[in-house]
Amino acid sequence: MADLRNTFVGIKSPNPFWLASAPPTDKAYNVERAFKAGWGGVVWKTLGEEGPPVVNVNGPRYGAIWGADRRLLGLNNIELITDRPLQVNLQEMKQVKMSWPDRALIASIMVPCQEDAWKAILPLVEETGADGIELNFGCPHGMSERGMGSAVGQVPEYIEMVVRWCKQYTRMPVITKLTPNITDIRKPARAAKAGGTDAVSLINTINSITSVNLDTFSPEPSIDGKGSHGGYCGPAVKPIALNMVAEIARDPETYGLPISGIGGVTTWRDAAEFLALGAGNVQVCTAAMTYGFKIVEEMITGLSDWMDAKGHKTLDDITGRAVPNVSDWQYLNLNYVAKARIDQDACIKCGRCHIACEDTSHQAITAMVNGVRHFEVMEDECVGCNLCVNVCPVDNCITMVPLAAGVLDQRTGQPVDPNYANWTTHPNNPMSRQAAE
Amino acid sequence: MGTNASGIHAGRLSPTDYDRNFADLHPPLDHHEALVAADRCYFCYDAPCMTACPTSIDIPMFIRQISTGNPVGSAKTIFDQNILGGMCARVCPTETLCEQACVRNTAEERPVEIGRLQRYATDTAMDRNIQFYARAARSGARVAVVGAGPAGLACAHRLAMNGHAVVVFDARVKPGGLNEYGIATYKTTDDFAQREVDYVLSIGGIEVRNGQMLGRDFTLGELTDNFDAVFLGMGLAGVNALNVEGEQLPGVEDAVDFIAALRQAEDKADIAIGRRVVVIGGGMTAIDAAVQAKLLGAEEVTICYRRGKEHMNASEFEQDLATSKGVMIRHWLQPRRVIDRDDRVAGIEVEYTEMRDGRLVGTGETGILAADQVFKAIGQTFVPDAVGNLLLEGGRIAIDAEGRTSMPRVWAGGDCVKAGEDLTVTSVAQGRDAADSINRMLASSARPSIAVA
Repeated sequence: MADLRNTFVGIKSPNPFWLASAPPTDKAYNVERAFKAGWGGVVWKTLGEEGPPVVNVNGPRYGAIWGADRRLLGLNNIELITDRPLQVNLQEMKQVKMSWPDRALIASIMVPCQEDAWKAILPLVEETGADGIELNFGCPHGMSERGMGSAVGQVPEYIEMVVRWCKQYTRMPVITKLTPNITDIRKPARAAKAGGTDAVSLINTINSITSVNLDTFSPEPSIDGKGSHGGYCGPAVKPIALNMVAEIARDPETYGLPISGIGGVTTWRDAAEFLALGAGNVQVCTAAMTYGFKIVEEMITGLSDWMDAKGHKTLDDITGRAVPNVSDWQYLNLNYVAKARIDQDACIKCGRCHIACEDTSHQAITAMVNGVRHFEVMEDECVGCNLCVNVCPVDNCITMVPLAAGVLDQRTGQPVDPNYANWTTHPNNPMSRQAAE
Repeated sequence: MGTNASGIHAGRLSPTDYDRNFADLHPPLDHHEALVAADRCYFCYDAPCMTACPTSIDIPMFIRQISTGNPVGSAKTIFDQNILGGMCARVCPTETLCEQACVRNTAEERPVEIGRLQRYATDTAMDRNIQFYARAARSGARVAVVGAGPAGLACAHRLAMNGHAVVVFDARVKPGGLNEYGIATYKTTDDFAQREVDYVLSIGGIEVRNGQMLGRDFTLGELTDNFDAVFLGMGLAGVNALNVEGEQLPGVEDAVDFIAALRQAEDKADIAIGRRVVVIGGGMTAIDAAVQAKLLGAEEVTICYRRGKEHMNASEFEQDLATSKGVMIRHWLQPRRVIDRDDRVAGIEVEYTEMRDGRLVGTGETGILAADQVFKAIGQTFVPDAVGNLLLEGGRIAIDAEGRTSMPRVWAGGDCVKAGEDLTVTSVAQGRDAADSINRMLASSARPSIAVA
């Protein structure tokens, strides 16, 4: 049985599955249910400064997009930080941490970009016994209009400044939560590191309008006929999050900085991918909001079973394992040749591979052979693009088969070169020609 | 009365039992069910379902339109190819047509529910009485259509679209042909056949004359004299006889008459049914008669077919339906004589059959099945008396690929032609295509002459 115990910036939890700062972690009732269900930790929903709490809209807070059978693929929200009094949250956090000492309890915080504001709240949080704090520099809606959330996360100088204050005024580990609503995720990560952060967590939600009501022409979710962009999350954002995690994990300037991976984690498989790309643990929200807390059982057993099957003993055995394989395009091996192959026994003859290839790609798949409906790859046309694999509805029906070195590539008429060669040295690259001259 | 009373009786069941037994065989999909079912379609390239459909409905497109919240557009996609798409959705043997071709059968042995999705779309448009077609400017041409069944209606509608004036002659009291008289009650409830006729006719330019039978009330020659073109779609008027002793006894009936009577009955309790019923035949008509006999409260219903299960014209689905309702299907049995007691049917003597040297022969071994009622369902025949010198083929009207008969300006389609598969959907395709052919002929003859000198 694999050991799923997790230590993240010194914070211990029985497994790497934390609930992200969000509605599921807004109060003791929910958090205790989550812990009973088996979650390793929670990031308590973001606390604001003392005083009258923020208010939320009193209409729809969520919008969504769906796949087949209304499977939720993407969710967005316009909910703000906690709308409960600070003292109530602090009291409940303290009580929960006492009842559940083996679980991680992190406080998410968002106060104005003023040293006094951070200096004031940090001791109050520390007093609860929380294991650490997460700086909410991510929320893209509402709070950002007031100079907080992503308004801070989009300015690396502000990130560095606030992180520095936090490291100065608390002994608790500091996790800096990053917004994806920027052009280069490495910049805010570097700033956080420069400020002395213990870790970064990402991604927060993405600016989004999920849909438009075509009767009223209001964006969804609609409040009295108007809509505001909300924060997008759920399975649809996972590829964006994976890339951003990987960018930070492989950036020489932030290499080794602990990362808490967030963004569309729905199954154990998603979690394992985040870990492989360098995350030390993961945070989950939308999956729990879709299916309830029980899903953590599937995540725990799935991750554990996979690790057992592969002989991985601890999380350290998998964390970052895929990072060395993330490369710039220019270093990809241009002498690697793969061809699509269709398993005729598995093929159900829907023809989607053919029409995708014929209409939109390289005209490399037959539709009819000798008057019979038959889908087969024409190797002399196939560039190995993988589109057919992606549109095929049958698992493993079409696979990409690499050509061994020396084998004739029927498309180019050349044998496959056994040597690695990339764009930087390719004769068509003007830069490489210059270098050669 | 109950199911155990000997003899042929009406009112064997309670009103609730009749209602339950004759409710919709395939209840309509609700909105959510339709979306779930539509999601299963892969939108295949050159889709096999579409090829399998005799009317070539663009099935992947109409299903995609359902799943994107456009059921009305979906209905138009269907009606463009098949104006009787509503009835076909109910009665097509989809298990041997589109759904048999569905690639999902290969994937998981369960096709997309194409028939029910088609019904969802067409019901949506018809319930809102949305009309997609307007009559073109009057062409001045007049076309006679004989028979207001699926072939005749499809032909008339397409002709009206092209601006021709159409007169439809039908021998029966109501239009609809087999849709009205020949389909099992539980496949088309709520008077759908008449509603569909009204929907089709609402395009305008089509006059229906009921009670008008070719050869009795008018002749083919009168039609060709008075109209620019004629379409014959009068179906099959004859029923094959058993040709055995006792066939004339009370209690021996044609299955098609029984099915028609049941469809026309205001109250199912008015239809008398035997305690023990034997149906002779192996096609859809035999199944429809047997199942409905059971649903009317017969205690015991047996289908006797003279060949094996694999030879039955009734689809596997229909056979399973019959057995699930308690009908016993027996194979390799042929009727020898109907047994008479007090001038009524008491039973039927049957003989075992077998294939010998490629021919079906009786083995000489016989037995008796007790029966109060015997239904004949061994096929219908075309009665050619009224079509004069028209060339026949296999006992039905011979046509070419466009539906033209051997006589100029006379087209034919539906069950009365040789190429027919005796399916509603095939009849629709033939009627529609004949109309297109007629239209081409009328358009070319109407073309102004061109001065060449």
